[in-house]
Amino acid sequence: MAMQIMIPNKHETSGDTPIKIETKSLEVYYGKFQALKQINLDVREKQITAIIGPSGCGKSTLLRSFNRMNDLTPTCRVEGEIKLDGENLYSPGVDVVDIRRRVGMVFQRPNPFPKSIFDNVAYGPRLYGIHRKSDLEGIVENSLKASALWNEVKDKLNQSGLSISGGQQQRLCIARALAVEPEVILMDEPASALDPISTLKIEELMQEIKKDYTIVIVTHNMQQAARVSDYTAMMMIDDDRTGHLIEFDHTNTIFTRPKDKRTEDYVTGRFG
Amino acid sequence: MNKNSPRLRSKRKAVNLLMLSLTGIATLLVVTPLIWILLYIIHEGAPAINLKFFTQLPTPVGVAGGGIVNALLGSLMTVGLGLVIAAPIGTLVGFYAAAHPDSPLGLLVRFGADVIAGVPSIVMGIFAYTLIVLPQRHFSAFSGGIVLSFIMLPIIIRTTEEMVRLVPSSIREASLALGAAEWKTSLSVILPAALNGVVTGAMLAIARAAGEAAPMLFTAFGNPFMNTNYSQPVATLPHTIFVYAISPYNDWHAKAWATALVLITLILLLNILARIIIWWRTRTLGTIK
Amino acid sequence: MIRTQPHSSNTLLIRLRKFFQHGDRIYRLLLVIAVLLVLTLVFSIGAELWKNSSLSRQAFGWKFIISSTWDPALTDTFGALPFILGTLVTSILALLVAIPLGVGTAIFLAELAPNYLRGPLGFLAELLAAVPSVVYGLWGLFAFVPIFVHPAANLLNKTLGFLPIFQGPVFGPSRLAAGLLLGIMVFPTITAVSRDVLLAIPNNQREAAMALGATRWEMISQVLLPYGTSGFFGAIILGLGRALGETIAVTMVIGNNLDLTASLLHPGYTMASVIANEFTEATFDLYLHALIEIGLILFIITLLINVIARLLIWRVGRQNKPEKRS
Repeated sequence: MAMQIMIPNKHETSGDTPIKIETKSLEVYYGKFQALKQINLDVREKQITAIIGPSGCGKSTLLRSFNRMNDLTPTCRVEGEIKLDGENLYSPGVDVVDIRRRVGMVFQRPNPFPKSIFDNVAYGPRLYGIHRKSDLEGIVENSLKASALWNEVKDKLNQSGLSISGGQQQRLCIARALAVEPEVILMDEPASALDPISTLKIEELMQEIKKDYTIVIVTHNMQQAARVSDYTAMMMIDDDRTGHLIEFDHTNTIFTRPKDKRTEDYVTGRFG
Repeated sequence: MNKNSPRLRSKRKAVNLLMLSLTGIATLLVVTPLIWILLYIIHEGAPAINLKFFTQLPTPVGVAGGGIVNALLGSLMTVGLGLVIAAPIGTLVGFYAAAHPDSPLGLLVRFGADVIAGVPSIVMGIFAYTLIVLPQRHFSAFSGGIVLSFIMLPIIIRTTEEMVRLVPSSIREASLALGAAEWKTSLSVILPAALNGVVTGAMLAIARAAGEAAPMLFTAFGNPFMNTNYSQPVATLPHTIFVYAISPYNDWHAKAWATALVLITLILLLNILARIIIWWRTRTLGTIK
Repeated sequence: MIRTQPHSSNTLLIRLRKFFQHGDRIYRLLLVIAVLLVLTLVFSIGAELWKNSSLSRQAFGWKFIISSTWDPALTDTFGALPFILGTLVTSILALLVAIPLGVGTAIFLAELAPNYLRGPLGFLAELLAAVPSVVYGLWGLFAFVPIFVHPAANLLNKTLGFLPIFQGPVFGPSRLAAGLLLGIMVFPTITAVSRDVLLAIPNNQREAAMALGATRWEMISQVLLPYGTSGFFGAIILGLGRALGETIAVTMVIGNNLDLTASLLHPGYTMASVIANEFTEATFDLYLHALIEIGLILFIITLLINVIARLLIWRVGRQNKPEKRS
């Protein structure tokens, strides 16, 4: 089946920031099953890139390949390249642990540790050798402020991370991710388990922090993608249940003048 | 992270490698004794095994030959009695516990089964002694069987309960919805489905009871001769091993090894078989709780 | 009869009546009888032990627990201290061996082992639990002690002999031998329960830690182990319960000696083994009652420990109810 793969380089407009993550001919397999085929995608620095598409098309798989979380699935095999600042993440000898620090992740369901709020955020910095109380307190405060949670929890930092609401827990997880000073933040449907008000707060948060971080967000909520992102990648699933990238462009273009009919069908709600 | 120096990174990696290797070593150390025991028993015990060993009575010290037929029979008698008592009661209780796990009686009985399971077998032996041997003023295969039934009870309860719970509740509700009385449901629908569970519970219980020496010390007591009378003392396999092993005679030591080989073969076979059935059952039914 | 109402909303009387309806009656009756029998058993054990230790309890009272005189031959005085201490020492030694090995193996099985190894290895660990005590004792007596423990004891004595616990003379059958053998017998219990605890921890915790850039070990030690603490504690206490009650294997390698020295390399005595050794030699009632009183103490201790262990493990199960990783 012939596909049109949009190569963003051909559509450079003035104001495009440098490329932070470059995906070249990425293919991902789980055992014999091919989950992703020929993904070519450029994630721009300090911009928000959204990945949308029907369920099962491999959006999460793609996202998780950016920080090598797919390694945790034993049958997973990756071919092609993903370059972070020009260096291939999958070349042998790469320090996976360090990649995960540079490329952080927020999950669909909030997953704070059953520790205090303070210890949740301090977990990452402690791994990296920061143990002095004053240093940790500073980092915790900054991270919680950046994730717009500080005012709500500053008096109860010693309480369990599980004692706050779902929306607050998710912002706690964001603070936890920010505490290790990543360069990229991956978000896998971060608001899908939350109520509308929390969702809005997180979207505002994303706009706030994008001046310091590159963000890639997977979402099945198209309005959210349209509201929040600068670039959008449209993925689709073929008959073999393999995911492809069918269009990738500025969000504006995707939602107003999409080039592929399938994209148009999807964003106008005709299917999916 | 301003402190994320390459030195720290390699230190963390080194610690990671070290600790993970240690867990692998731990596993090796855990598996080693089992293999050592099995190999040693086979090595020491196999030479003395022959047909006569299974069919003859023990000979006096220093006289070659002889066998353990009395212990085989004695184990059969005591374990058999234990099973006959523990199986019906344990199965019923297991059913109840599976059907009403959170009712007050259900909780209490599951707790009770755990308590019984935790009582050291020597204490069970004392209990059976004061209950039966003292009033009767003699040791007997009967008291041995009784104490084994106490030991087997919690195993059967637990296994039955687990296997019955594996039966999808939809089967049970379908039968009840059709108007069948509860006992009929249990008997005709659940029992066949859980039969494997009951059988495996019995197997595991037999494997456990067959190996118990401590309680036999003052219930069945041991007997160098053949005995089919339940009101007389009787030899059992584990007790025989114990007596032979702590004796000062070398040929008895050899017989201890041979008897141990017989015993452990029986026990391991029962365990392996039971676990295969459980594993197969879990796979085909899934765990629906 | 279709059950349409939830149990909790019925009054007791209506429930009782429904309970015994129709042909169900006999079945239900049998069920209840069986259940009551089990509960009666539990109480009976305690009651019988109490009743049949009366002579000794009356004669010695609480001093029984702290007295170290055990003299059935001359003065007919009995004190359980040597056995209580011996039981504690060997059990603690067993735990010192079994905990690192058991938890380490559980971590390996639950987190690290490739799939094809998990089944067989777990199976082997379970088989260890099925080996009867007397077989452990036999192997201990003729293989483990002479080939491993005795030489190790000699080594300890040579190098660390200045420490009271490693003072000579060095014996084959000893508290060290019993403790090590017990450790081997107990680690399947600790491994099995710890592994279940680890497998029940939701996967999202692992992902959260790894995504922050933790190494595997950091994830295990800083996130998983704290998460399952009460469960591990329960596993350890369950193992302790087993160790306290082990009789035959211990009797065969501990030397059965009343000696109260501090040295681990000396023979010793435990509660369970003195009962095993001397029960049938108890020629007069006070002697028998003293032994039964030791059985009573053992019963109470193991009862308490098992209850605590079950409560801890039950609590972890409740904590993890929503998501289970299989």
